[in-house]
Amino acid sequence: MFSFIIRRLLYSVPILLGVILLTFLLDNVMMSPEAKAARVLGPKAAHQARVDWIHLRGLDQPMPRQFVHYVGNLVTLQFGTTWVTGRDLRDVFLRGAGPSLLITVPGFFAAFLASVGLALFQVFVRDSTLDRFLTFLSVALMSVPTMVYVIFAQAVLALGLNYFPAFGFNYEGLGSVRFLLLPVAIFILINLGSDARLYRAVFLEEISQDYVRTAFAKGVTGPRVLAIHVFKNGLIAIITLVVAELPKLILGSLLIESLFGIPGLGSVLVQAIQTGDQPVVMASVFLGSVLYLLSLILTDICYALADPRIRLS
Amino acid sequence: MTETIARLYQHWITQDLQVIAGFAIVFWLLRAGARNERWQRAWVRMKRDRAGFIALGVVLLYLFVGALEILQIPGKQGSRSILDVFFAGIPKEKSYSAPLAATLLNSARHEPIIGRHWLGTDVLGKDVLVQMLKACRTALVIGGLTSAIYVPLGALLGVLAGYFRRWVDDVIQYIYSTLASIPEILLLVAILMVLGKGLGTMSIALGITGWVGLCRLIRGETMRQSERPYIAAARAIGQTHWKIVTRHLLPNVMHLVLISAVLGFSNIVLAEAILSYLGVGAPVGTASWGIMIDAGRTELGRDPLVWWNITAATTALFGLVLALNILGDALRRAFDPKRT
Repeated sequence: MFSFIIRRLLYSVPILLGVILLTFLLDNVMMSPEAKAARVLGPKAAHQARVDWIHLRGLDQPMPRQFVHYVGNLVTLQFGTTWVTGRDLRDVFLRGAGPSLLITVPGFFAAFLASVGLALFQVFVRDSTLDRFLTFLSVALMSVPTMVYVIFAQAVLALGLNYFPAFGFNYEGLGSVRFLLLPVAIFILINLGSDARLYRAVFLEEISQDYVRTAFAKGVTGPRVLAIHVFKNGLIAIITLVVAELPKLILGSLLIESLFGIPGLGSVLVQAIQTGDQPVVMASVFLGSVLYLLSLILTDICYALADPRIRLS
Repeated sequence: MTETIARLYQHWITQDLQVIAGFAIVFWLLRAGARNERWQRAWVRMKRDRAGFIALGVVLLYLFVGALEILQIPGKQGSRSILDVFFAGIPKEKSYSAPLAATLLNSARHEPIIGRHWLGTDVLGKDVLVQMLKACRTALVIGGLTSAIYVPLGALLGVLAGYFRRWVDDVIQYIYSTLASIPEILLLVAILMVLGKGLGTMSIALGITGWVGLCRLIRGETMRQSERPYIAAARAIGQTHWKIVTRHLLPNVMHLVLISAVLGFSNIVLAEAILSYLGVGAPVGTASWGIMIDAGRTELGRDPLVWWNITAATTALFGLVLALNILGDALRRAFDPKRT
């Protein structure tokens, strides 16, 4: 197990290097130091001020040396400071992580349960009008952009009917749940359509297998076949799909957080996007891919837990 | 340099040629497909699919409206689109007015408005229905340009990786796993921040992120096809690699390319709206559903409520994406009836 994790970690190194090279190309090669200085200091800044700015950041050094420096900084998790507020990026990310996790973690598990439940129900009533209607509904749910859900929920449920606070967040123990209910509900909604459709296809594949016919033949009831036999076997395929969906979670929470005014990573990012704060975006590209690669390793471990035939060697 | 290209692209001849080229490519591909037996069988099945046919009709309607807005006619004060000429009779109001209202929205004196607007007017007094139709252009241009970038790239690299395997496969796999490890939206934003906003740069950014999924799919299918006897036969009679790839492998994976391109188009339209909403997409002043939704967000907090702007943009966007999704599913069912 231990050697397996080490091997997977080593396997991720070249990919991570590729990601770093990509952000370096975007950040330092595609954009000249002068253009950068002009954007940060403003178009009216004195020439000497710009030259100093470039020199201070080492942007006048040869490219290979800059790259080595760049890699060194990222590996030691020194992301530098933001352009707009000048705060340390590590600080910004650490502070944003808490509120973000409060939305994504419950949202992720709730969305998973809801879509697996819906998919199993659709397989239970398969080829009926209800199944076709639910499939259509899933496609319809996928066809609405995230911000529309949030905007309409805010306008109707929060501002119109006053059921939930429309905006803001506070750490106040259990009381902060009321800030999270609506964002998490929308998080479920935006993932439900595509996930339920994928899982339905997986379960339909399983249900045509021989072991399902055997189970029915020995007199196991329909719901039990689905909940135990089909679900367990479909889970292996679903684990891969779940990980493929992980990057999408970031987009979902990005728009949800900023629209609901929750001070998480999503809000930080949207603010950075709107103010043109490039270092924040580049650092989050790196962090995003680190998280993704880690979750890939986690998948392989989950694989082994879900399917005893798979050995970690 | 970039400005010259932008000006050349804005010229009415380029715009008109773009429509003709787009339709010509689609027509040529469909004609090439019509000779393929797999496609003929799929067409027979497709004809029985009522939902798929309705979706196809809706998509064609959007294409038609978008083409009307892209097609330019030269005039005395610069060129105008056909859609502009068609709606030239609709007057501009001073500010908001509700759908079919007779007066402006926020005037105490019930100021009458000049014309009738089926979907009301926006903050600048422009007709929302016209804006909604004009935004088809942005969606189609982005969708078309992006598809023109990522579909050939993804299909070709996928076939090459699946056919040659070994180091070619390793290199292509490395590139796409690197790109796939970055959350799509972050990569899009990072590219657009450096390249600047605009329809062209947005297409490039969406093209860079878009080919990965297609390449992975085509690579797998090519590997399966390469095991089949007809490839071994082609190799035995001494056909070149180039011939095998273009004559045998590509036509046999093209149906997957078609299905992914249709489903991908819906993703691009959604992504365009989201990126424009975030402020890194379409430039300010473009008629875009994303920009309309962004504007509508602040309007929903007004009193009296301005709901028609955002509703119109959302409905138009929803209609196109839904139709593309249903069409893609119908195509998949037609080509592969055993599954789903």
